[in-house]
Amino acid sequence: MSQSIEIITVSDDDFILNDADAQAIEHEKHHYEYPRAASIEALKIVQKRHGWVPDGAIKAIAGLLGIPASDIEGVATFYSQIYRQPVGKHIIRYCDSVVCHITGFEEIVDELEKQLQIKPGQTTADNRFTLLPTCCLGNCDKGPTMMVNDDTHVRLQVATLSTILEQYQ
Amino acid sequence: MSLSSKRTAEDHPLTWRLRDDEQPVWLEEYRQREGYIGVEKALAMHPDEVVAQVKDAGLRGRGGAGFPTGLKWSLMPKDESMNIRYMICNADEMEPGTYKDRLLMEQMPHLLVEGMIIAAHAIKAYRGYIFLRGEYVEAAENLRKAIEEAKQAGLLGKDILGSGKDFELFVHTGAGRYICGEETALINSLEGRRANPRSKPPFPAVSGAWGKPTCVNNVESICNVPGILNRGVDWYQGITTNGSKDCGTKLMGFSGRVNNPGLWELPMGTTARQILEDYAGGMKAGLDLKTWQPGGAGTDFLLPEHLDLPMDFEHIQKAGSRLGTALAMAVDNKINMVSLVRNLETFFARESCGWCTPCRDGLPWSVKILMAIENGEGQPGDIETLEQLCRSLGPGNTFCAHAPGAVEPLQSAINYFRSEFEAGITGQANNLREIRGIQPNQQ
Repeated sequence: MSQSIEIITVSDDDFILNDADAQAIEHEKHHYEYPRAASIEALKIVQKRHGWVPDGAIKAIAGLLGIPASDIEGVATFYSQIYRQPVGKHIIRYCDSVVCHITGFEEIVDELEKQLQIKPGQTTADNRFTLLPTCCLGNCDKGPTMMVNDDTHVRLQVATLSTILEQYQ
Repeated sequence: MSLSSKRTAEDHPLTWRLRDDEQPVWLEEYRQREGYIGVEKALAMHPDEVVAQVKDAGLRGRGGAGFPTGLKWSLMPKDESMNIRYMICNADEMEPGTYKDRLLMEQMPHLLVEGMIIAAHAIKAYRGYIFLRGEYVEAAENLRKAIEEAKQAGLLGKDILGSGKDFELFVHTGAGRYICGEETALINSLEGRRANPRSKPPFPAVSGAWGKPTCVNNVESICNVPGILNRGVDWYQGITTNGSKDCGTKLMGFSGRVNNPGLWELPMGTTARQILEDYAGGMKAGLDLKTWQPGGAGTDFLLPEHLDLPMDFEHIQKAGSRLGTALAMAVDNKINMVSLVRNLETFFARESCGWCTPCRDGLPWSVKILMAIENGEGQPGDIETLEQLCRSLGPGNTFCAHAPGAVEPLQSAINYFRSEFEAGITGQANNLREIRGIQPNQQ
């Protein structure tokens, strides 16, 4: 992996990896046998600051880890929690798995769609929320359930959804 | 977790230390309550003796497949020159209906760390990873703090407790995708690749992470180990009930529309009826139990008549399903099976990694048919096509267990509730062309 690899990118965005993030990625590399293993964590580090992962970040991470940008792109597009397009300020991830089906996630999502005026996968016009489905969140005894950013909300009810959303301005 | 009786170390080895305020048990309190005694005992033993003890105890994997943990450890190479080995904890809990590892990691992080140290000694690993799903934010925080505490106390790092054993442990968090829970996909993901499963053989014990001998165990399996080291084989084998051949305790639960959905640590062999009625408080008023899944989305449905079976690997398998994670889900009489199975297959179709054709193409096909039937637009032959898909996606046709798991609820739902599928078929036969290319596997 010592050879330098020419990177072809279609991106013209001017993403610059900041020093703190570059250092955090360097630090992660040492937890593993090869730098490649830090690719997912690197994408998460960028996303934490930037909200999503632009093309320029793919290239920057590839350079830092010494692997092809196509490999980073392959990883970035595989994992559902890495966003390759702009998302809202707050991410709503609702559980659409089987127990929440029984406890009624559908009416929760209907209400979210109504209040936010978007469909799952979309971002509100004011860029405040992105609505995404996710795998079982492991709160099946307290469903329906969703996460907003890193916060977990359980035993959701249609009537109290707006109170939850108000916490995220 | 709420329990009426008082828990003791003898009968609730996984959960007896849990605090009433549901706050994590940190190092000082953990050590006051028999914490890390298992590590002390293990480090005084030869690694092979530790493997033998876990093997003799009869601990079977708690992640769903039930492979004997001690046997898995004994498959690590005997060749001492293969000295770079990895111990990995599969903490990628994402099976719909499963919420057990979360409790252990959030509230008992040191139990997992202790189990990892013992396991690392047994398989001679110098480094370990806890592969944790990204959404478990609190578990990540608590595990990292526990690892830091253990390091400070000389329980991790170089020369653990003066034994000469070195072991460093990292928390690795994922970024979504159910398939990461498949052990070889997990290894690919840990290496920073797409989480496609690998061909087996070679098994991870021979060639796992970075091509080195690797052992992957579930959180709950590893959390059973400190107790086995501390209290011994006879004690462990004594924890069983209703004539079950399996032993030890298991986190079991019932979710769905029951009065008190939850999670309890119970002896292997406890019946599903005991869990549903005595612990989960039975079905909610006005609802009857129609069917249930014993252990996660990828297990065959069972009927109310199966409730009296002991929850263990053997009995649930004989009834035509799998114990899986032993976190059961109650389906009540108001739920339509076509709609329920459509939800399940939509999940499995979305989470297919796309590596092999039967899974990548077969699962979306099943969803398409199920949606048509759900909307009353199914056509004659659709149920037969679903049945063919169940065979085509079954064991032996795919790289990993994702598709075979996905069709388990589908095949059992058609088997037990065929009339609900038939109700969604319209009379007009405009799709009666014989579908070539899918043939039953057997015959």
